[in-house]
Amino acid sequence: MSVEESHGPTPRRAKTMRTPLGKVRKFGPAGSGTSDFWQQRITGVAMTLLILPVVVVVMMLLGRNQAGAAQIIGSPLIALTLILFIIASAVHMKIGMQVVIEDYVQNEKLKLVTIMANNFFSIAVALAAIFAIFKLSSGV
Amino acid sequence: MALSIVHRLTGITLYFGTILLAWWLIAVAAGPSAYATVQAFTGSWIGRLILFGYTWSLIHHMLSGVRHFIWDLGYGFTSAERESLTWAALIGGVVLTVLLWIVAFTLGGAR
Repeated sequence: MSVEESHGPTPRRAKTMRTPLGKVRKFGPAGSGTSDFWQQRITGVAMTLLILPVVVVVMMLLGRNQAGAAQIIGSPLIALTLILFIIASAVHMKIGMQVVIEDYVQNEKLKLVTIMANNFFSIAVALAAIFAIFKLSSGV
Repeated sequence: MALSIVHRLTGITLYFGTILLAWWLIAVAAGPSAYATVQAFTGSWIGRLILFGYTWSLIHHMLSGVRHFIWDLGYGFTSAERESLTWAALIGGVVLTVLLWIVAFTLGGAR
């Protein structure tokens, strides 16, 4: 391909040392190549594996009073299971919502603002949940 | 079948539903009176309806996601396979949700 025919932000020369992988890196609407795609799969598989233990924990908690629920959530294995699930959820939902935003929000400024809000929400809600579990685990 | 939009909608539902999860966990950590507020909500008919919808969204989104994993691995692309995967996710989601709630009522009612 000659320089005249090339398109995109940087004109490419006829002969290049760049590998095919190097060409696709940093591409896509988020500028981060395929890492979001892969992370979405990792977190999806993680949650699919964790769903059974999480359902068991929820079933254990049904009908308990606050003291009973606090004791169950505070126990190390259960706390760890829930924290893993929450971390996977936070990453998964952040990427998922970003895809939705990129698909439907046309205005560039609004898109940036909503993507930023999405990051804030995903991190804040996950941290709130994890903080509560830490508090229950430390028995304060 | 236009199930991809259902996958997306359940995803958005789950996104905002995490507020409920965080609220519930914080209430347990905060103490008995905060927990009583959550229990009043989860015990009300509207609260139960929202939680039932949340359960279905989670299970359906997971099964629909497993469908995507199967496609990612390169299987299930014939039209018959696509149809059956889609129906499996739809029917499986409803059946599993109802089953989970039957177990939940049995366990919760016994305590």
